[in-house]
Amino acid sequence: MRRSVAIAVVAPTLFVAVLLAGWEIACRAFAVPEYFLPTPSAIALALVGNAPLLFVSAWRTLSTSLMAFAITGVLAGLAALGAASARVAEASFRPIAIALQVTPIIAIAPLFTVWAGIDHPQVAVVALACVAAFFPMYSGALAGLSAADPELERLFDLYGATAWQRLTRLKLPSAVPQAMEGFKVGLGLALVGAVIGEMLAGSGDQQGLAFRILEASHRLQMAQSFAAVVALGLMAGVLHAAFQALERRLIRWWRGR
Amino acid sequence: MVEAAVAALEGVEVDYPGRGRALGPFDFQLAAGEIVALVGPSGCGKSTALRLLAGLEPPTRGEVRRAAGRGETAVVFQSPTLAPWLSATANVSLPLELAGVAGGEARGRAIEALARVGLAGAERARPAQLSGGMAMRASLARALVTEPKVLLLDEPFAALDEITRRQLADDVLALWTAERPAIVFVTHNVEEAIYMAGRVVVMTPGPGRIAGELPVDGPVPRPAGFRTTEGFRHTAEHLSQMLRAGMEQGA
Repeated sequence: MRRSVAIAVVAPTLFVAVLLAGWEIACRAFAVPEYFLPTPSAIALALVGNAPLLFVSAWRTLSTSLMAFAITGVLAGLAALGAASARVAEASFRPIAIALQVTPIIAIAPLFTVWAGIDHPQVAVVALACVAAFFPMYSGALAGLSAADPELERLFDLYGATAWQRLTRLKLPSAVPQAMEGFKVGLGLALVGAVIGEMLAGSGDQQGLAFRILEASHRLQMAQSFAAVVALGLMAGVLHAAFQALERRLIRWWRGR
Repeated sequence: MVEAAVAALEGVEVDYPGRGRALGPFDFQLAAGEIVALVGPSGCGKSTALRLLAGLEPPTRGEVRRAAGRGETAVVFQSPTLAPWLSATANVSLPLELAGVAGGEARGRAIEALARVGLAGAERARPAQLSGGMAMRASLARALVTEPKVLLLDEPFAALDEITRRQLADDVLALWTAERPAIVFVTHNVEEAIYMAGRVVVMTPGPGRIAGELPVDGPVPRPAGFRTTEGFRHTAEHLSQMLRAGMEQGA
């Protein structure tokens, strides 16, 4: 056990440390200019120096993502409910859901910025994040709603359960594990959608981490740009870990062990 | 038949699209309070016959007559089929709640039913925390909680070890003496069929028809050593022959 923990924690830490050291040494040895590739130490300094601004920007991106996640959760949940209860609804939704899935989000971003108008870039960003997150959340919820044990369904038939009883006491609780899985993927994609949205539609009052990355790159402040990327990565990691922990608890409760 | 039938299949046939005939023509009558075992090889349509009796699916041809109303027929499946997110009590009270019995009363009756099948103390346990035998008992409690007139058991012990399945067989028979529901017990095990039932119906391989039928004498619950009695051995021999003859006839 202890040995496996050492391998799981120490090995990757060491590996990353070696990579960073190599990067640092190479940059210094070859005198790489900072506007081309900053050293890890310069990035770390930029991260610390810009911490307050990065924190505010991270919060912007995070709140946009969470808002989109919440909106999409409701929409995808309702669509999945409709699709699970009527085959005609499922068939009607399928092409749209798939189109949303296969169309690169970046391709539709300009349309959204036009529709949202120059005064409401925030709307375009949230909408793009919603579109990015929709498919996995919808298909996870739909798969979950169709995942009820067929013998339990027979039991509900036998006792003459109403459609409402079947939904609330069988389909919704049965949906939990697969819906959570889809929602986890959706949360990650909402963040991706928010970042793309900010890059294309963000301006003025819409200064999330993506805006920080672009702004610093345009000024050739590569250390600042890298620092914003690191902040974004850290935030995404924390978000994923938090949802993972939530999911694990919920599934443990659901399974009863 | 002297006693009124609580359920009957009259010349039923069941065809499944793409699979052809699964059952029939098949005639079957279930009298109030009797225990009948349906024995046959895998895929002979035993479970289909059970679903017809439960009213869970209609026959392609023929007629199903059921005297029991809604909530008066209970089924125990091969797997315990418990909802993992519900406690044992909530699983057992589910049929009552679906029928509109108030929460408090349903809970009380569920706890009683759990005690009857020997699960007192496990009320709050989740299915994942129960052993295979205990989960099957909970499933049985859920079937008994509505005090059904007809109890349909679809190979309920197939997934259990020998000791547990013998114990559960005795428990089912002991429980039967209280309310005396009519029981149809589906199995592919001849000895289990004889042990459980007052009448054994042998089926041919799919599409299932009746290959023969034998009464089983002896007191219920079964006395110790029932499996080693002359009558038991004799009946087992006879039924095995019937099953073999049915296989050849079907082949």
